Amino acid sequence: MAVITYREALRQALTEEMERDPGVFILGEEVGRYQGTFRVTEGLLQRFGEMRVVDTPISESGIAGMAIGAAMIGLRPVAEFMTFSFALIAADQLVNHAAKILYMFGGQITVPVVFRGPAGGGAQLSAQHSHSLESWYAHIPGLKVVAPATPADAKGMLKTAIRDNNPVIFMEHAKLYSTRGEVPEGEYTVPFGVADIKREGRDVTIIAYSQPVLLALHAAQKLAETEGIECEVIDLRSLQPLDMDTVLHSIRKTHRAVVAHEDHRNVGFGAEVVARIQEFAFDELDAPVLRVASADVPIPYARNLERAAFPSEEDIIRAVKRVLA
Amino acid sequence: MKAEVPVKKTLPGSLTPQRLVELYRTMLLIRHFEEQCAPAYRQGKMGGYMHVYIGQEAVATGFIAHMRDDDYMLCSYRDHGHALARGTDPRRIMAELFGRYTGVAKGKGGSMHLVDVERGFLGGYGIVGGMVPLAVGVGYAIRYRGTDQVCLCFFGDGAMNIGPVHEALNMAAIYKVPVVFVCENNRYAMATPVEFASAVPSLAERAKQYGMPTKQIGGMDLLEVYREAEEIIRHVRTTPEPFFVEVLTYRFEGHGIADNPTNQALYRTKEEVEYWRQRDPIVNTARFLLENGFATESELLEWDAYAKRQALEAVAYADASPEPPLEELYRDVYTDMEVQEWR
Ligand SMILES: Cc1ncc(C[n+]2csc(CCOP(=O)(O)OP(=O)(O)O)c2C)c(N)n1
Repeated sequence: MAVITYREALRQALTEEMERDPGVFILGEEVGRYQGTFRVTEGLLQRFGEMRVVDTPISESGIAGMAIGAAMIGLRPVAEFMTFSFALIAADQLVNHAAKILYMFGGQITVPVVFRGPAGGGAQLSAQHSHSLESWYAHIPGLKVVAPATPADAKGMLKTAIRDNNPVIFMEHAKLYSTRGEVPEGEYTVPFGVADIKREGRDVTIIAYSQPVLLALHAAQKLAETEGIECEVIDLRSLQPLDMDTVLHSIRKTHRAVVAHEDHRNVGFGAEVVARIQEFAFDELDAPVLRVASADVPIPYARNLERAAFPSEEDIIRAVKRVLA
Repeated sequence: MKAEVPVKKTLPGSLTPQRLVELYRTMLLIRHFEEQCAPAYRQGKMGGYMHVYIGQEAVATGFIAHMRDDDYMLCSYRDHGHALARGTDPRRIMAELFGRYTGVAKGKGGSMHLVDVERGFLGGYGIVGGMVPLAVGVGYAIRYRGTDQVCLCFFGDGAMNIGPVHEALNMAAIYKVPVVFVCENNRYAMATPVEFASAVPSLAERAKQYGMPTKQIGGMDLLEVYREAEEIIRHVRTTPEPFFVEVLTYRFEGHGIADNPTNQALYRTKEEVEYWRQRDPIVNTARFLLENGFATESELLEWDAYAKRQALEAVAYADASPEPPLEELYRDVYTDMEVQEWR
């Protein structure tokens, strides 16, 4: 298997899908001539032309609305947001339009559109550029929400997203773009609604998605080496649909769980996971489920403060030890 | 802003007397349909918001008359007139208003979200200006496929103060999409007069800055709307580029059903309403038909009675239609995924 970056995996998915289906096109700020702010769309303008790789003005509502409108009559737009923090400007388009059109028109108009781009922080970009708002989107019926953590999942899930007939919020963590991983040769897709066990273990289940999956894997490695604690690491990959079966199955084995994400803790996505665990596997638990998340503060600039605001490997290790205590 | 009482003696070039009669009858249907809405609403047969189009009939009728079968349109929540002008079955529209399963959206959209995909009517939308960016996407998809279809997008004067509308106008001009932006300036956004809300009184003037042709036209005279719309739509179909048209019109009734006469007295005078009622597009078209010998008094009466019957039939049909089954609650959230009942 080839080892490539997360960014290259996304680009491969886009390229392959654009070749496969002439209805797929990309639009967003700086996706064409500039080759993409995070270089995901590098070379695509040259390859597919300006009708299919569309540079837009700084108009988040316009981008989202244009993508939705084109999708309504059969194209398959992939709209890039420079970051999901800016997607807030397009919230009306995502929530009131993309998510509702199928339902309020009685199932007659589909909106096969992908909204993708970086989410999360970690490069001292401070409060307005570091949001993880996946719980906001997952809260909205009608949107699918996915956040792959590895290049292989990124490629397979972006292809799935493009072929999906529903609006998909596709969140890429900014810190993941340069990470590397093995990506299968040839055509493949990764389905939504199927969590992936990224590491097997017997003592504690760590549930994560997006970049914190890597933190959880490092934490699990350390715990195994230093304490002999074997953590099972589950990568949810897809938040809506959400695969609780894999989670519950694991908890029936380990009887202990920690949920780790970069979203804020207060009303964050972890709260939903914990609620469902207590609803469906209360009797299996030997300890309360703990959450590791971002501090409930706007993300600060100073390096030390930012580090303290985001969840870390050490936070996960501490939480695992607490549920075992 | 004055609307002159039209005194016209000639038909616009392409308009035959027969076609004019058809359009007149469309306006009659819209009027009677909506006049049946108020009593039905008072009897509790409808819920939600109910925004009627009475007074503005010439706008939707005159523009939609030039749509080809494969063209598209989107509009706001004030959408009964547009759907009827497009030829959507009045019974299924009324059923939608009644929240019935036979409605155009299975009763899941209601008054503000009429739709008729077969006729390229991509929906009425409840967020002021929210669908204007969608129209740009529809226009973009048309260009992408290289056909000569057009998309009409109807919205009110109030929508001109919504940010995304300006993003959309700018992008429409950048990508040269075949969209006609029809701004129905009925002078009020709820109780807010256009002069108060718009720093520049002419909305066409405001739109001019986006590098597309713009025009302000009268909206009370069907012949005028028809003639202007024909030219504008032909231009957009053949050029192609977007076009912004401000149509001066007026709603005779309140903003919505809750906007009763006491409320209306807070923002407009009886004299003003009367002034515009004198310019009723239906009355004026009837007069034109008579004066030119295109219709007789008895034909006018007959058509009026027919339109009223259609409206009453729509009510009866809606009344007799079943409510959506409860399983419908969980359908259409996703195309391919079950949503779990949680109780
Ligand atoms: C974004 C948004 N803000 C406020 C409202 C509430 N609202 C509904 S209709 C309306 C007035 C809109 O006026 P206009 O665009 O001129 O259209 P008209 O009702 O006159 O046809 C308002 C403020 C809304 N639906 N959406």
